[in-house]
Amino acid sequence: MATREIAGATVQVDDEGFMTNPNEWNREIAVEIAHEEGIPDLNSEHWKVIDFCRNTGQATGKSPTLRQITNGAGVTTKELFSLFPKGPAKKVAKISGLGKPEGCV
Amino acid sequence: MSDDRHIAFICSKGNLDMAYPALVMGWAALGNGLDVTIFFTFWGLDIINKHRIDHLEVAPVANTSMKMSMMGVKDPNLGIPNLLGVLPGMTAFATKLMRDKMEELEVPPVREYLQMLVDAGAKLYACKMTVDMNNLSKDDFVDGVIDVVTAADFIDMTDGAQVIFI
Repeated sequence: MATREIAGATVQVDDEGFMTNPNEWNREIAVEIAHEEGIPDLNSEHWKVIDFCRNTGQATGKSPTLRQITNGAGVTTKELFSLFPKGPAKKVAKISGLGKPEGCV
Repeated sequence: MSDDRHIAFICSKGNLDMAYPALVMGWAALGNGLDVTIFFTFWGLDIINKHRIDHLEVAPVANTSMKMSMMGVKDPNLGIPNLLGVLPGMTAFATKLMRDKMEELEVPPVREYLQMLVDAGAKLYACKMTVDMNNLSKDDFVDGVIDVVTAADFIDMTDGAQVIFI
């Protein structure tokens, strides 16, 4: 299992850069991964999505799908795609310190 | 993955089961940051026709993969006899089975799914020749259909794209 340094912490990641231990995640890590993914600042709307993903991840052990996010976090599809442009599915999961989402919807 | 990947779907069928492949793969592509274009032609126009989109069906007649197992019968090879399939109500029955299964899996109905794709940036076009053939116009289509275009227009706009025919 590979490890890498993010925001001063050493965390375990898989081949695609997804964190494999959600307990190693913190908000500073989220900010730094967001930078890497081309999102310079995380505002309250971003955090609403990330917090929802964290809660879902804790409850189910899995990343929520995009539709679960729009239904559960109270953001529209348009908003989700503008908050995390060019591929929200992987970006949101990565920033939230969760694995790649497995669902198709 | 390159940043400018573009995928295009040609939807030529209007059966309920043939509406979902482009929706599912298109949604996955958008979620992974690809540009998505969908061209609706022939019976595929039903998927964007606002009078038809909520009424897409799947028929058991001559459908060799639709087995009784959909109804919970254990034998995976027990078919629905074509002779039964022609009875009134059988298409509606098969359609309801499929819709219920989709709902169980939290797959949205076609209208909602298509709107999700539009909201996520998918570009939808209708084929001019078949729009004319069916006496349709842009007013017959759901919001999100950008225009009625020719095959040549579609070829132009998908330069460099991966194209999937359904």
